[in-house]
Amino acid sequence: MIGIYLTGSLLISLAFYFVRKPLFNVILAWIFCTLQGSLAVYEYDHPDLTQLVYFTPDSLAIIFLGVISIVCIPVFYHSFVYLGKHPYKPREMGMYYAATVILITSISAAYLSNHMGITWVFVELTTLSASALIYHRRNKLTLEGTWKYIFICSISITLVFIGVLFATVAVQQQGITDLFYKNLSHHAATLNVFWMKLAFLFIFTGFTAKAGLVPMYTAGIDAKDKAPYPAAALLASVLMNVGFIGIFRFYEITSHTTIYGWTNKIVLISAILSVFVATVYMLRVKNIKRMMAYSGVEHMGLVMLGIAAGGIGYYAAILHLILHSFAKPALFFQFGQIYRTYGSKSVYDVGHYFKYNITGSIVLLFAYFIVTAMPPSGMFVSEFLIFKSLFSSGYLWVLILVMILLTVIIWAFGKNVFKMLFIKPVDFDDAHVETIPFSESLSQFVLLALVIYVGLNPPEALVSLINSAISTLPR
Amino acid sequence: MINILLIAFTISLIYIAMANRMLTFIRIIAFQGLLLFGVAFVELIEINVVNLVFVLLETIVIKAVAIPMFLKYILDRNRITREAEPYVSNFVSVVFVTMIILGSFFLAHAIHDSYVRKIFFIVALSALFTGLYIIITRRKILTHVMGFLVIENGVFVLSIAVGSEMPMLVNTGILLDIFVSVILLGIFADKIGDVFEEQDVEQLRNLKD
Repeated sequence: MIGIYLTGSLLISLAFYFVRKPLFNVILAWIFCTLQGSLAVYEYDHPDLTQLVYFTPDSLAIIFLGVISIVCIPVFYHSFVYLGKHPYKPREMGMYYAATVILITSISAAYLSNHMGITWVFVELTTLSASALIYHRRNKLTLEGTWKYIFICSISITLVFIGVLFATVAVQQQGITDLFYKNLSHHAATLNVFWMKLAFLFIFTGFTAKAGLVPMYTAGIDAKDKAPYPAAALLASVLMNVGFIGIFRFYEITSHTTIYGWTNKIVLISAILSVFVATVYMLRVKNIKRMMAYSGVEHMGLVMLGIAAGGIGYYAAILHLILHSFAKPALFFQFGQIYRTYGSKSVYDVGHYFKYNITGSIVLLFAYFIVTAMPPSGMFVSEFLIFKSLFSSGYLWVLILVMILLTVIIWAFGKNVFKMLFIKPVDFDDAHVETIPFSESLSQFVLLALVIYVGLNPPEALVSLINSAISTLPR
Repeated sequence: MINILLIAFTISLIYIAMANRMLTFIRIIAFQGLLLFGVAFVELIEINVVNLVFVLLETIVIKAVAIPMFLKYILDRNRITREAEPYVSNFVSVVFVTMIILGSFFLAHAIHDSYVRKIFFIVALSALFTGLYIIITRRKILTHVMGFLVIENGVFVLSIAVGSEMPMLVNTGILLDIFVSVILLGIFADKIGDVFEEQDVEQLRNLKD
């Protein structure tokens, strides 16, 4: 199936690039979403079935595949809306769709890969395809954003490769000749600690560029700011999961070694710093899109806190990732409508949104409550469990610090969101405000409702998938 | 033989630190590609034909010819000749790079492991840090691409040192990815030269909070 999927999406992206007919694009998008969905269903039905040597759907991959299959449908819908409103050249539009398809495909392949090298190849491919999306508008600022994104991601992915090489040293001393995660995990206890430590440091640092954690988060922020909003929704949700999965798979291997406590410390430090950095920037940021991007840094920090704390934290971390991947696209899609109304990204220029777009402002208000994890948001459950795990594993001071930081984030986020909703903008001429139909907000409502449903009442199948994904980690 | 090649590679790093002209940079990059071919050839002579062809392709064709030619093309197109004012003087750079190499010596000396040959490790680490140093201290963004290439060369040495048992498919994927990313970086560097007045990182200061 994975073979069919990879060839199919390659053909679809080529067709997108060469045919460039609007109706044909819609049909192609439907075909691709169906292909993506059927891949997820097939892998769910055949867990742990190795295909093409390098692809094995384990529980974590299946979960994230399901998430991306759901998210990609509204992404295509909003891409049509976005490109329909702007007079882009057919070639640019073809490039946009082709890059989107390749990005989603390489993300899915990175989820499924069972070999460190193959994960590397596909993660690098996500950088290359994402850069085409970021550069879509072809002006000075997107050029700067794209340059920074490719450069920082290329350096980061090189660091990952160095980490993989160090892991190879450790592995060869045990007479293993390949880098399948399964073999590594199986022999983990016997691996040389020194090389594993070095490998973990490099791999962790490298993947933080994708996961949006300290130290390499910067490029991701610029990328989400400059990419068109449907693409930014992809970058801010499912692409961050790629970074997470890269870190998590190696973390899982080190969890069977004696450096487990040490890796937890590294993860914890990065997590606290991420939440801290997010707090500082949330307080001063005036660009709405960047504000949403920093919110992603905060959430990834929380996820990593759960991982570092262990216990119920593992479950909560993965649940939090799933919910975040649904909630963040909704915010970015809504941003697209705000931009169409006001023609600006700055909080100063946006205001009184309730007057111009009632449905949209309800989405924004609702999304604010969901993303800041206020009940009934499903993220409340996952954050609560993360805090519980921090408490029970003795990180009381960390918990107190993070809670203070989160309060500040909720205040800063709320200050901007309520300003956008209720306070009149300065010098805004509302003579030519476009009325945005209700139907364009529907997907946001569905995604936000999913966050509540999955968080409060996770389906039986999902719970067992999460539990099996974390079953190998020490309790 | 291996030692001579690797030492030549390290000397080329010091030479990069004092190079003033962009063309010199490109020539050193090409020269490093040739040296790496020598290293790989001596090290991997016993491997099968397919792998040898692959290494040949990676070092001679891509590292030593294709990428330098591509960079030269961008250089000509944008009419850049000199490395415009590095942040630090060349003398300081030479001192720094020498210190990096010395530091790598001490670092490698601290590792008690018979599996990794130290000279590879030293050369790889020196190249890695020299590349980062070049990126930090130069202003032309094309020089940043070259710093990235120096890092990639260091990683290549490291991968030979650990005798990486990556399967052919993975190797090809990695090669293609790096190649495409260098091409993309070059293309965007070119575009930055078109759009902004200068190919300079000072121009890239507009995205901030």
